[in-house]
Amino acid sequence: MTDKPKIPAIDLKQLQFYYQSGGWQLHLPELTLHCGQHLFVRGASGSGKTTLLNLLCGITRPVSGELYVNGQPLHQLSSSARDSLRAKHIGVVFQQLNLIPYLSVLDNALLSSHFASQNKTDSVSRAKTLLQRLGLQQDLWHKPATNLSVGQQQRVAIARALLPKPTLLIADEPTSALDSDNRDAFMRVMLAEADANGCTVIFVSHDQSLTQYFHYQLDMQQLVKGVQPC
Amino acid sequence: MLMKLARLSLWNRRGTVLMTWLSLTISIALLLGIDHLRTEAKNSFTSTVSGTDLIVGARSGQLNLLLYSVFRIGNATANISWPSYQRIIKHPQIDWAIPISLGDSHRGYRVMGTNTDYFSHYRYANSQPLVLAQGKAFERVFDTVLGAEVAQKLGYKLNEQIELSHGVGAVSFSQHKDKPFTVVGILARTGTPVDQTVHVSLEAIEAIHLDWQQGAPIPGRQLTSEQTLAQDLTPKSITAFMVGLKSRMATFTLQRQINEFKNEPLTAILPGVALAELWQMLGMVENLLLLISLLVLLAALVGMITTLLASMKERQREMAILRAAGAHPWYLFVLIQLEVLLVTLLSMLSAAALLFISLYLLQDKLAADFGLFISLQIVKLTSLYWAGAILLLSAVLATIPGVLAYRKALADGLTIRL
Repeated sequence: MTDKPKIPAIDLKQLQFYYQSGGWQLHLPELTLHCGQHLFVRGASGSGKTTLLNLLCGITRPVSGELYVNGQPLHQLSSSARDSLRAKHIGVVFQQLNLIPYLSVLDNALLSSHFASQNKTDSVSRAKTLLQRLGLQQDLWHKPATNLSVGQQQRVAIARALLPKPTLLIADEPTSALDSDNRDAFMRVMLAEADANGCTVIFVSHDQSLTQYFHYQLDMQQLVKGVQPC
Repeated sequence: MLMKLARLSLWNRRGTVLMTWLSLTISIALLLGIDHLRTEAKNSFTSTVSGTDLIVGARSGQLNLLLYSVFRIGNATANISWPSYQRIIKHPQIDWAIPISLGDSHRGYRVMGTNTDYFSHYRYANSQPLVLAQGKAFERVFDTVLGAEVAQKLGYKLNEQIELSHGVGAVSFSQHKDKPFTVVGILARTGTPVDQTVHVSLEAIEAIHLDWQQGAPIPGRQLTSEQTLAQDLTPKSITAFMVGLKSRMATFTLQRQINEFKNEPLTAILPGVALAELWQMLGMVENLLLLISLLVLLAALVGMITTLLASMKERQREMAILRAAGAHPWYLFVLIQLEVLLVTLLSMLSAAALLFISLYLLQDKLAADFGLFISLQIVKLTSLYWAGAILLLSAVLATIPGVLAYRKALADGLTIRL
């Protein structure tokens, strides 16, 4: 999308991960993703998708290799430094049940900016604009999150992920619980908001039909072979 | 936000939280209540008599003597003859003496025969003298001065006529019906057994027993009140007497002299020492109660942790969302600690309220039935220590689910294992 000579959003080299107990392991030779690129990662369950996402958002630490997110060496940072990096630079959207049931819609959206220690009043006004742009009207903001439909909940999750203006948005099958109409609306609004924020997107799914929204796509099998997105 | 999360998360689980809160409230109230009662009971006990240097009675154990002379509990084994009493109080070191004659009662309240020295020399708490709330001290033989509790509970006013019973039971079969007494004075409340005593003169005790022999009226020899007054009413014996000395230095000397008194076997006790011994005995029970209430508290706290642990499974999603939004595992640990502290703090507040209300309702009954005068002042230094200890204990116990949340957060990452 952009050809500015900037630091890549994601840059990983010879990344290895396995559990102490042995057995299964994940090895990623190389992947570079530039700012603003949207990548679709396709893979069946068990192919290491979840591990990849955990590595990318700094929840798990790679056993060996290098991983830079936004220029920061994630493989060297302490766990709390990785947590604050995630709070500030990485937004995460899950498959479903993204919201804390006892918090209001607005508070759910504000969670990420809270952990990114951003200014409260500023965050509130930005969260309101963001929610509005995502089609969530004012009357919903103070309702408990559980009162919303699944589609609405997923949009609140996008608002939360994008609120701290992250460089990277990671989505783990966020449309799997949506019907096709909702799914299309969701994809459009998510990618539009990501673009508006200049955000890099990694979208993981096994739904082949979603590839139409992405310029770049990779299979997990290609990823482990070190094929670059094109 | 952390506070909001803790608060709303608790509210979200209000069913189990309510039960936890209830059990904690009850157990904390129990603990604070027992602690409060024991300090108050101790105060109440030790303040019953003050300024008295020695209590003298017939030879017996010091606790027995203390109990019947001061607390009106139990009975004397023998009496002190009047001549012996007269001889002892002539001792140059003795400043004052209050004779006590027990053995009769009025509707469950003990009757104490004494003289007017009682009203001028008896001291309780911090050397407080007895004060007459109404009327005056007794002057004539058939006058009586009532303790505050007796007058209040039985509804007696000045100049009312009352009858005494022989023996000390609440229901007595032998009454001194023929010789009624007139209420001439009512003492102000003292918070000691004085409140539950009917005071008459020594002469009155002698008078109502003139026509009695061996605990029963002598048949065919009934004397009227007027006839009795004509007789010699000098007491033949008294039950015990309290002594105030000119110099406290002489206490032990005089105690030894009385204990070695040739004419009659007597015992002199130091009220402070006897009270301490009595309290030591009761202290065992009191410590046991405290231990039990501590265990009850521990059980309630463990119950709270158990429900927290049980809820951790259903809260995995919540934890994963917080982690994804950028929360460090420490944040989850602190969140759980905060929830526990909130519940504990809330329980402590409601426990204090519960304790206050129950004490308020039970105050009169405790005073009437046990002679325990319990203040409503439950917030004091020791209760603050307890509060601190309870908070600390709950925080320590909360590390169990806290650490669990922390470790699960590290191990599970963003995946939610349902």
